[in-house]
Amino acid sequence: MSKIIDGLFYSESHEYVRVEGDFGYIGITDYAQHELGNVVYVDMPEVDDEVTAGEDFGAVESVKAASDLMSPVSGTVVEVNEALEDEPGLINKDAFENWIIKVEMSDKSELDALMDAAAYKAMIGE
Amino acid sequence: MTEEIKVTCLHDRHVALGALMSPFAGYDMPIQYVDITTEHNAVRNKVGVFDVSHMGEVEVTGPEAAKFTNYIFTNDITTIEDGQILYGMMLYPDGGTVDDLLVYRVNENHFFLVINAANIDKDVAWIMEQAKNFDVKVENQSEQFGQIAVQGPQAEKIMREVFGFDGSILKFYTFVRGMHWIDDTFVWVSRTGYTGEDGFEIYAAPEGIRWMWDKLMEAGVQPCGLGCRDTLRFEAGLPLYGDELTPEISPIAATFGMFVKLDKEGGFIGRDACARQKAEGTPKKLVGLELEGKAIPRHGYEVLDGDQVVGYITTGYHSITLDKSVAFALVDRSVGELGNTLNVRIRKKVFPATVVKKRFYTPNYKK
Repeated sequence: MSKIIDGLFYSESHEYVRVEGDFGYIGITDYAQHELGNVVYVDMPEVDDEVTAGEDFGAVESVKAASDLMSPVSGTVVEVNEALEDEPGLINKDAFENWIIKVEMSDKSELDALMDAAAYKAMIGE
Repeated sequence: MTEEIKVTCLHDRHVALGALMSPFAGYDMPIQYVDITTEHNAVRNKVGVFDVSHMGEVEVTGPEAAKFTNYIFTNDITTIEDGQILYGMMLYPDGGTVDDLLVYRVNENHFFLVINAANIDKDVAWIMEQAKNFDVKVENQSEQFGQIAVQGPQAEKIMREVFGFDGSILKFYTFVRGMHWIDDTFVWVSRTGYTGEDGFEIYAAPEGIRWMWDKLMEAGVQPCGLGCRDTLRFEAGLPLYGDELTPEISPIAATFGMFVKLDKEGGFIGRDACARQKAEGTPKKLVGLELEGKAIPRHGYEVLDGDQVVGYITTGYHSITLDKSVAFALVDRSVGELGNTLNVRIRKKVFPATVVKKRFYTPNYKK
């Protein structure tokens, strides 16, 4: 059974946002990393890049396939998790600890459109 | 209309092993049991076993079996003896590829063709159609045979330990057939494979294949899925029908001309088109690419010369054995020279790539 953390915001495409003030840490859920298998590459944007809610900002890749990353919120990238460049498998070890990008959110009301832990749990059927 | 998905004779074993299953060529097939990297490395370094029962088998028999087989096949079966095997293609008259296949020569009146699962119906119809003017019998035996592939440097050892089979009697691309190991089971064993490693492919009735699979599992042999079958064959420079060979991609364009014997007696379907392509050069050719960085080129991604699109990726991976991002790409002939620098578009970014030889990994065959 996948790990789900209370207090985070979840998207239908299996990303999460951990909110700290105006900042959001975006990553993929434990369920998503499990479905994807061993992550061998994470394609990340650069600091100062703009991301838009519902649009892709990169990809996580297993040996077999690339899976687009969709941003749950809009804003500006203020940090990327550089540890993933050398060790993309960190996402498999702990997907919630190993966020992918940190975004300064431009419209926090976008969070209202996302799911809470209970709703996400129901969506993935666990 | 959706077609009912087929299963192989080992399907229940895959499910019991907890394999990740996915449809491939109309069959519900195991993609991985553990993960692709583990299974890939098992084959490169030790031994692994694949269920390849989805592959098709066609027997051609009769007084004109040799003449007919040679007529539909690019390689020259008159150059091999009974008990030997050749790799080659069947072509359309325009040189496009019907399929790539192995031809087993039992004797001059009996040939055994191993074809791709996705192409069974198409191939059988094609072969039957061409056979009309020959004194041959063509039989689709695909449902009668299961197949497993035991692959890796320890394949010979495992065959001896598990089945008491002395693999040393078989050189690369030879086979034996007969009653082996189990009562009443007729078995074909060849020293062939699709991994770039030494190994054996075994054909038998489903009951026999199940017995062999269980024996190999008891012996602790790593079961390997189609995921690593693709990464292994790719590293070894071997084509996959549908990616590197298609009705639009001839073996000449794919630079597998060594399997096309233009001068053999009696010719073959597609011969003239291939001769012309060889003389004039095809507009596109298949090349190897090595990328800078870790980004992974995937099937269908654009290849550019400067900012001009000159082709696309046919297969690409971050190679497990080499730890580099490499690909096969079909590109304009004019930009396909070894050492040339091209670009590959991966999502929003463009990565430089150098044209290299297609064989990324040097195979370890027992010749």
